[in-house]
Amino acid sequence: MSRQIEFLQHKAKNIRLDILEMIYNAKSGHLGGSLSMVEALVALYFDVMNYDPKNPERIDRDRFVLSKGHTAPALYATLAAAGFFPREWLMTSFRGINSKLQGHPDMKKTPGIEMTTGSLGIGLSAANGMALASKIKNIPYKVYCMIGDGETNEGQIWEAAATASHYKLNNVIAFIDENRLQNDAQTLEVKDMDSQINKWESFGWHTQQIDGHDYLQIFGAIDYANICTDRPSLIVLRTIKGKGVTFMENAVEWHGKTPSKEEYERAKAELS
Amino acid sequence: MYKSFRAALSKELEKCAKLYPDLVVLNADCARALQLSNFTKRFPDRMICVGISEADMLTTAAGLSAAGMLPVVVGFSMFTTAKPFEQIRQAIAYPNLNVKIIATHAGLCVGKDGATHQILEDIAIMRTLPNFKIFVAADVSETSSAISAMLLHDGPAYLRLGRDMAQDIFEEGKDVKVGGSDVLRQGKDVAIVACGLMVEQSLKAAEILKADGIDATVINAYSLKPLDSATIIQKAKENGAVITAEDHSIIGGLGGAVAELLASSYPVPMEFVGVKDLFGESGEQDELYRKYGLTAEDIAKAALRAMDRKDRSVQNV
Repeated sequence: MSRQIEFLQHKAKNIRLDILEMIYNAKSGHLGGSLSMVEALVALYFDVMNYDPKNPERIDRDRFVLSKGHTAPALYATLAAAGFFPREWLMTSFRGINSKLQGHPDMKKTPGIEMTTGSLGIGLSAANGMALASKIKNIPYKVYCMIGDGETNEGQIWEAAATASHYKLNNVIAFIDENRLQNDAQTLEVKDMDSQINKWESFGWHTQQIDGHDYLQIFGAIDYANICTDRPSLIVLRTIKGKGVTFMENAVEWHGKTPSKEEYERAKAELS
Repeated sequence: MYKSFRAALSKELEKCAKLYPDLVVLNADCARALQLSNFTKRFPDRMICVGISEADMLTTAAGLSAAGMLPVVVGFSMFTTAKPFEQIRQAIAYPNLNVKIIATHAGLCVGKDGATHQILEDIAIMRTLPNFKIFVAADVSETSSAISAMLLHDGPAYLRLGRDMAQDIFEEGKDVKVGGSDVLRQGKDVAIVACGLMVEQSLKAAEILKADGIDATVINAYSLKPLDSATIIQKAKENGAVITAEDHSIIGGLGGAVAELLASSYPVPMEFVGVKDLFGESGEQDELYRKYGLTAEDIAKAALRAMDRKDRSVQNV
């Protein structure tokens, strides 16, 4: 739809503010990993992906699977901005009783959510299933999948990586949100998975590594992935966890912490 | 006549593939072991093998279903229910996706492969999942009918099968429906509720009891979830004692399900025939059934124990 950087930056700014607002409001949720993947979501939903929010079940739509389901706030804010549901839901219906926006993505409760996730490691397998369906039914569409770098500790990610490669699923484009932090500590300390590029390459994937906050690099990488038609594609997004709020950036404690009123005010001022 | 569960599976899936254009079968490197080579030959694009990675397989099936396909996952029960249980819970049961799981090799009937392959817990764990329907087939006719019934039903379902052969009990085309059961023998002294291969043993047990002048009711509870509550409660009332028989742990399976039902509706003395909180071991199926107490004689003895308590409870009143 638009590769005007200013327009996308404006979208990203509002989405970051919504993420902060909804997590502060709910007194619960995952800020750090939500803030790190905003540019990728904005690029996908406001330019790359083919979908119709008025007809979210359209059979040939592109799909997005959030494998790192705990960062649902970023996806909810993006889906609201893309017109799948009213923006008020973000403030009235996140993580509360009877809510449409569950703590982790629920495909049966929230329009625009393609797969129920939250248990780490399962998203890429589900994305492969959707991609296989496209091949079998001969209805062309793309399936995008966002995986956490910590999440690649899960063995199922590698089972799915091998499956996508075996079936030459060129309609799968996976991202790793490589913010280098997971729940307890730095990814290198918890379990050293470096180098992602070498691992995925050896699994038969086309791989690229870019700055995950730079729209030109994101579009360039997706365009390049689309040219590569003989295998699935991985794009490692080098990102900053907590991006946009100086005291949250690269700070492990902001994985799942709720800001105090003062922290919220400071964060809001920085993001505005 | 004894017939093979796996041959029935293959035949039925080929039939259903023609009826359901969106049907795809997923396996984890066991299509040949399940005798599905013919299906693979006839429908090469609709047989998906993900390799030996069951967690990936069940979640891939969820993705296929989310994109409008009708995935049928086949495999050995141990590795198709227990191993990927969390994926089944998160990606299939919770979003209520239309994925079917058909698993062979459930119970001690696995035989020589031993305890690692003899799952005695699958009914117990699968029964805890909301949205799932569960069937256990007693013979090949019931296998075919159960596959038809589970494909007609819109939602996740699990069909449990034995490893090898089953004695014919039903005519071809027997009725199977969600929440159904069959009263195979109407008695008045004790009701035997059985599933799977223990249905044959229960019918034999009824003959043993008959020789002692005891008139047993035999129910084939092929729908484990939901149970045919009305029939089971009715037969508990008519007989006053109930026993269950299953090639499964006595914890959480058919016995657990019937006990939960009767405890809250019509409590009667109960006995449980099944594997008593133990793991199995290698051996022939009949040797294992004898050693672990899954024979017709064991069922008949259990019936007498339950009836004994019924009589005492009547005297106490």
